[in-house]
Formats: sequence, C-alpha cells, structure tokens
Amino acid sequence: MILTLTEAERQIALGISVAVALGGLVLAAAGTQDTMEVHGWLILVFGAICAIVVIRDLWGPEPPRSRLESYYDEPIKAGIIASMAWAVVAMFVGVWVAALLAFPDLTFDGAWASFGRLRPVHTSGVIFGFGGNALIATSLHVVQRTSRARLPDQLSPWFVLVGYNLFCILAASGYLLGVTQSKEYAEAEWYADIWLVIVWVTYFVLYIRTLARRKEPHIYVANWYFMAFILVVAILHIINNLAVPVSLGHAKSYTIWSGVQDAMVQWWYGHNAVAFFLTAGFLGMLYYYLPIRAQRPIFSYRLSILSFWGITFFYMWAGSHHLHYTALPHWVQTLGMTFSVMLLVPSWASAGNALLTLNGAWHRVRDDATLRFMMVAAVFYGISTFEGSFLAIRPVNSLSHYTDWTVGHVHAGALGWVALITFGSFYTLVPSLWKRDTMYSPALVEWHFWLSLAGTLIYIFAMWNSGIIQGLMWRTYTEEGTLAYSFIDSLRAMYPYYIARTLGGLFFLIGAVIGAYNMWRTIRSAPSSAPVEGDVPLSAATAVARG
Amino acid sequence: MAELFHRKLERSAIGFVLAIVAAASVGGLVEIAPLFTIDETVEKAPDMRLYTPLELAGRNIYVREGCYACHSQMIRTLQDEVERYGPYSLAVESKYDHPMLWGSKRTGPDLARIGGKYSDFWHVAHLTNPRDVVPDSNMPAYSWLARTALRVDDLPLHLKALRAAGVPYTDAMIENASVDAYDQATPESSTSSGVADRYGKETQVRVFDDVATEVTEMDALVAYLQVLGRLTDAPYKNTAAPQKPPEPVR
Repeated sequence: MILTLTEAERQIALGISVAVALGGLVLAAAGTQDTMEVHGWLILVFGAICAIVVIRDLWGPEPPRSRLESYYDEPIKAGIIASMAWAVVAMFVGVWVAALLAFPDLTFDGAWASFGRLRPVHTSGVIFGFGGNALIATSLHVVQRTSRARLPDQLSPWFVLVGYNLFCILAASGYLLGVTQSKEYAEAEWYADIWLVIVWVTYFVLYIRTLARRKEPHIYVANWYFMAFILVVAILHIINNLAVPVSLGHAKSYTIWSGVQDAMVQWWYGHNAVAFFLTAGFLGMLYYYLPIRAQRPIFSYRLSILSFWGITFFYMWAGSHHLHYTALPHWVQTLGMTFSVMLLVPSWASAGNALLTLNGAWHRVRDDATLRFMMVAAVFYGISTFEGSFLAIRPVNSLSHYTDWTVGHVHAGALGWVALITFGSFYTLVPSLWKRDTMYSPALVEWHFWLSLAGTLIYIFAMWNSGIIQGLMWRTYTEEGTLAYSFIDSLRAMYPYYIARTLGGLFFLIGAVIGAYNMWRTIRSAPSSAPVEGDVPLSAATAVARG
Repeated sequence: MAELFHRKLERSAIGFVLAIVAAASVGGLVEIAPLFTIDETVEKAPDMRLYTPLELAGRNIYVREGCYACHSQMIRTLQDEVERYGPYSLAVESKYDHPMLWGSKRTGPDLARIGGKYSDFWHVAHLTNPRDVVPDSNMPAYSWLARTALRVDDLPLHLKALRAAGVPYTDAMIENASVDAYDQATPESSTSSGVADRYGKETQVRVFDDVATEVTEMDALVAYLQVLGRLTDAPYKNTAAPQKPPEPVR
C-alpha cells in the first residue's frame, strides 16, 4: 500500500506519523494522573506503527506513471475491510449490552463492563466505525466513477481513512475507561474531537478536489448527498463539541453549552447526525449502487432534486422533537414537530424513487440477494421515516418518549436501512474492486440476507411491544385515580422482550459475521481472467481508445 | 424554470457547497439563537445554588458511568409524570449543568427529584448491589465505588473550567475546592463550616457512605444524587398550586 504513494508523499506520511506519535507523548506526559495518560500512549503507539509501515517501503520504487490511468482504489479496499471489522466488533458489543439488560450481573464487578460504559462503544462502533468507514470508502469510490477522474493524490485518502480510525479507536477505548462527554452520539472527548476536525477538513478538501477534476459537466446526485454529509456533519460536530478542557493533562472537558440551550444544541446535533450521517451519506450509496446493480437508471431526476433539498432544509429543524413536554420553550417544540411531519415528503420521495427504479428489474430482485438487500433497505427507509414523523407528533411522543419504542425506531433505521444498504453496496463493490467474477459464495449472501431480515424484524417487534407496554403502564390509572403500576412493575414486564431483542441482535450479528467471512474468502480467491471494460478515468479511456 | 437553474447549479461544486450550507443553516439559527436572547427561556430563581465540589465530582462519576443512558432527569409536563416523580422540571434547574443530563431513555426511573427521597444508606446499598433492595432491578452493581478513593486534588481546575464556561464560581470556591470536597463528607473536620458558608446553609454536610475515614467515589455520587431537584424551590413555587418542597430523608 505504501508503494502506491510517491516518494514525496511517503516522506510527508512519515512526518505526519511522527508528529502524531509526538503528540501522543506530550499528552501522556501531561496526563500522568489521568486516563489521558492511557490515551497518550495509545496515540504514540498508533503513530509509531504508522511510521514503521511507511519506513519499511520508504525507499521502494516510485509508482509507475501509468497509475494515473486508473482509479485509486487501495484506500477504498482498506475502508471496506475496516468497516466490516468494526461491524463485527460493534454488533457483538450490541448483543452484549442487550443481554446486560436482561442479565445485569454479567459485569464481572468491573467498571468497564457495565451497561453505561459499553453502550456508547456499541453506538459509536456501529455509527462511526461501521457506518463511517463504509461512507468514506463508498464516497471515494462513487466520486471517482461519477466524475470519471482519479483522486487528486495518494496521501490524503489514506490520511482520512487512517486518521478517522484513530478517532474511532480513541472514542471506543475511552468509553471503556470512563472518558465521555455524555452527549449522545458525540461522547468522544475534546482531543479526539479536535483530531476529527482535522481529518474531516482533509476529507472535504479531498472530495472537492476530486470533483474539480471531473470530466463530466454535471455533479451526479449521489455526490450531492455525500457533499451534504461531509459539510453538515462538520458544522454539527464543531458546534456541539465546543468545550473547555480541564487541562491539557485531563481527558475531561466541560461543554460550553448548559441546560436548555445544551439540550437543544445536543438534539439539533443528535437528530442531524441521523439525517446527515445515517441518511444523506447512505442515500448517496443508494443512488449509485442500486441503479448499477439493477441495471436501470434512476426513476426520476426531479424527485431526486425535490428529496435532496427537502432533506437538507427540513431535517435541520426537526431535532427539537426529542424534547417534547420538556423545559424547552413550546414554540421550539412545535417547530420541530411541524418540520418532522413535513419531512415525510422528501423521505418518501427518496424511498419511492428507489423502489420505482426497480420497476422492470423485479426479476433481478427475486434472484439476486445483493439487490434484495438494497430493495429491502429502501423499504425500511420508508418505514422508519414514516415512524419518525409519527413519533415526532407531540401526543404520540408523550407515550413513546423515554421508552423502548424509540430504540426500536432507531434500529428499524440502523439495521433495516443503514446496515442493509451498506451490505448491498459492499456485495456489489467487493467483486468489482478486487476484480473477481462473483462473491465467493452467493449462497452465503442469501443466508446473510435472511438472517439480517429475521433479526431486524424480531428486534423491532420486540421493541414495539416493550415500548408501548411500558408507555401505557406508566400512564395507567386505577379507578380510584392513582397510578396503577410502580416503575418496577413496568420493568418486570420488559424482561421477555429484552431477551427477544438480544436474540434478534444475535441473528443480525451472525449474518454480519457470515458476510465478513464471505468477503474475506472473495478477496483471497483467484482474480478473474477477464478485465473489466471501461472502469478507468476518462483521459485514460480515450487514450486506450486512440490506442 | 426551476429545473434549468438546478442543471446550472449542478455544474459548480463551490456553488453547490454554498447552497447546501445556506439551506442547512436556517433551521438551527431560527431554533437555537433565540434561546439565548429571549429572557423567558430560563426562569428566574434567585435561590438557585451551585454544585459543591463534592457534588460536582459525583456528577462527573454519573457522567463517566453513563447513568444518563438509562435515567432521565427531566420530568415532563404530563399528569402521570408529575404524580410519579414530582413537579415538572424547569429550565432554570439545569442552568448550571454543563452538560445537561436530561436523558432520552428510562430503563430506570427519572432522577430529577431523587434527592431526599431515599436515605443515604438506601443509596449505598442500592449502588452496591441494586438487587439487594429492588429484587427485579436490572441496574448494574457499582460496589467498587465504595472501594475507590475520590480524586480531589484537581477539583480547583474543574471549577475553573466551569467558570470559563459560565458558572459563577468565586475565587474562594475555586481555591478551596479540594478542601471543601473533603470536608463535606467529613463533618468532624475542623474546617467543615467553610463549605456551608460558601455554598449556602442548605448544603448537606455529612458522611454519605457510612465510612468517615475516607472520601470515596460512593460519597461523591450519593452527595450528588441527594442534591438532585433540591438546588432551588422554584419548581414547587412557580405552579398553580404552590407547595413546600418535602422534607428530605437522610
């Protein structure tokens, strides 16, 4: 992988690795009495490993000029592998925390193993580890193909990918150590947040530079979504994470926001992390890999425009629906509810656009599990956006909020939509990137599909049941006008569902493990003999044509 | 025609970037900025107290252990919640909370008014093993809190950081933070009146974990839990049927 970098790039890579290692040393030295010390050493080791990898090939031969006549896919391959590795780890932790709710003594009397510390390892692991790596990998693949241009250099995609994974490792390991800001889906502390800003700016610049090199006059719709994802996540991340560190040697910081303003900023962030991380980016995937796999053009260009701008504009208003009936002023709650309901229009426009694209290709959906992954993802996208708008209505929310219904809703989106579209995209990408005819085992893709679907359905049905029962028990009155159930009565009613959801999660995890194994065997199999026509940047294609 | 304009926009990466930023900025600006300028957003409560250093340390343990993942601290304006947990939460009650811990999920009950509802002894027993006092509880056991000494030497830095974020800690509070944390859980010590002078006579000065020889993380967490909902009387007064806050159980 280092040999694909030019000599100048290798030197810069070495410089960055050494700088990271030294940064880690400074933090370790400053934080000797704090958990910061552990993270300082971790950063030092990470930087040192990167430096060693670079040094081993530092004086290797310069990559040939002919590289410029092909797309740069090495970091994309690494991103897919990283994404699947995070998927397996983070989904395993998910099953574990689900089991902890039914069997609370599985903590071994250790601080690190309690639900409160493991839960963000699961959420950050799947959102940022699995989802984020998948987004980086697919966005760099899509932007090259739809622009018919190679990435502008070899170093910055590696910096983005490796740097991003350092952030994920710092986040996940931090939670185990008790390092957290407690802001949901933004738990990582100040130094990891600053590092992510550096990585993210590089990602944005890389993306824009690639677009600037495009040979197509128009920017394809998938790239609109990836751009919205990169840009808005940057805005959200920076504003939500503004904080005052206790000192350079402390992992702990205090957010500059407080009370009601903090709640609003947090859920403006939290809901738009769903919108721009878990929706916009994955719609980018949908808009490229679904038509490719179905061999049908996108149904409607106008619907694409409508849904893109609808999502970009409406979503940013919706966060306050997380705060119905709270101390947040009523007018903000009302705005959040109104825009959440309106969001159904662009959301269903996207889902409908995807499903109508499949018209004329339904026989492929039947025969091809990969395409079926993407079809079912679009259906779940439709279901969970409908559910989202519904739950945002104030009186509905009075029942559902604080219950497992919310958790079920999130997983309808995360399992049914985000994970399935990712698996569908990966099953399309892996054979094409590694130049294989097909996946190692199409039968295992089928197994993965049905396990995922069964797991998702078990999970969300369990959570619908538990959430609605819980919400109803909390508000049930006796005939004498007193509350009918104590809190612990409602908890006792939850246990069967907590066991069912653990089982559903386990099904999904087994599917992901099968998927990872299948991809691994595909990568290790013999390459296809027939070269793929046309999968090269435009300048090279014309050069080949001119012969 | 709209479509023609969009065809043009699609040809410019920078134009598209600017359009995205513009479209995405409106919602946040309209909903967040006024929360800082409209006075009614946060009620007035002159009796609102600050967290003592010990309570702050306890709060940090609450954050560190991720208690907010299962416990909310936000009683909604719904009849059943008010009857179950107490008067609905006011914005002013979390005015000094960096970050707020309103939460989003109740695997366990709301804790906004847990302070004074149970004795210290109950809390220590419950945190040590929840199933000893609530047989069907699914809360993790935190017995190691009582075995872990509380770090107090860096508390002045914590107060200083909070002051930079807007909490009105005085110089004296910052200077004495470590001593105050120790004294609040050690009433026998000679200087323990200082913490009540600085943080108000309502400050609960006592041995929280039943072990007077050492200040542990259990002391800090219980001190924090016992002050939840008791920093101001405003939620009891600012309603149609004002009442006095209930007498705390110790």
